[in-house]
Amino acid sequence: MYTRLLVSALFAGAATGLLVALLQFVFVQPVLLHAELYESGTLVHFGPDRATKAHPDLPGFEPVRDGLSVVFTMLIYTGYALIMLASMSLAEERGTTINGRTGILWGIAGFVAFHLAPGFSLAPEVPGVAAADVTLRQIWWFSTVTVSAVALWLIAFGNGWMMWSVAVLLLLAPHLIGAPEADVFSGPVPTELGALFAARALGVGLAAWVMLGCFAGYFWQREAAQANTAAHT
Amino acid sequence: MTTRTQTRSAARIVPAFFVAALGIALITLTGHVQAAALHEAAHDVRHATGFPCH
Repeated sequence: MYTRLLVSALFAGAATGLLVALLQFVFVQPVLLHAELYESGTLVHFGPDRATKAHPDLPGFEPVRDGLSVVFTMLIYTGYALIMLASMSLAEERGTTINGRTGILWGIAGFVAFHLAPGFSLAPEVPGVAAADVTLRQIWWFSTVTVSAVALWLIAFGNGWMMWSVAVLLLLAPHLIGAPEADVFSGPVPTELGALFAARALGVGLAAWVMLGCFAGYFWQREAAQANTAAHT
Repeated sequence: MTTRTQTRSAARIVPAFFVAALGIALITLTGHVQAAALHEAAHDVRHATGFPCH
């Protein structure tokens, strides 16, 4: 069981991480680099006569920086794959079919729990944005992800209105309580870039999670099929 | 029969628990630990993945 879980998670996480790194490099990184020009003060967009060109030259490919991004994206999605496959193995025990197709549903649920739910009140941040203390935001992030994941599990596998009502309350609670917010606004980055960055981060996140769920389900089945073949020969 | 079912469940729950714990540890390390070197290396990915970064 350990081998099957670990091997499927490694394959699913590494494959997803590689593809996501590529998507982030094309769609997210340019917005981030652009925002950093404002964070560092190279560009300024407010004050009198400060109409700044919206298409400056951005730094190009940086082997070390971008290489590290690829490595860390693969590690993060391997971490997510481990959590997802652990849950999948428990769900399969309860009679759920796990394969590449049903994995897509798992991916969407994972996106909601790990990306959309925390992002709903703590929007993906460009560099240079004003924000509350990082430790407080991390606590809120982990709490929100945990209760949202539990809520989605209850919606998927719970029976009856009691469980579904609890799930809805769990989904709403972190946002009714509210995420830690900055006391003052001091971000130098144009709102156009901030909005584009949040939209791109969430969009790539959805694609990432759908791929992760699909790969996780596929490799989970494949590892079982190979174990069966080995047992019968 | 009951014993067998329990054994089968335990055979799933224990590995699932450890593998999930490993996953959470990996996410914490790569996405949230604020140590300077880790933060620097993972900076772009943390922003792009929507983690609280600074």
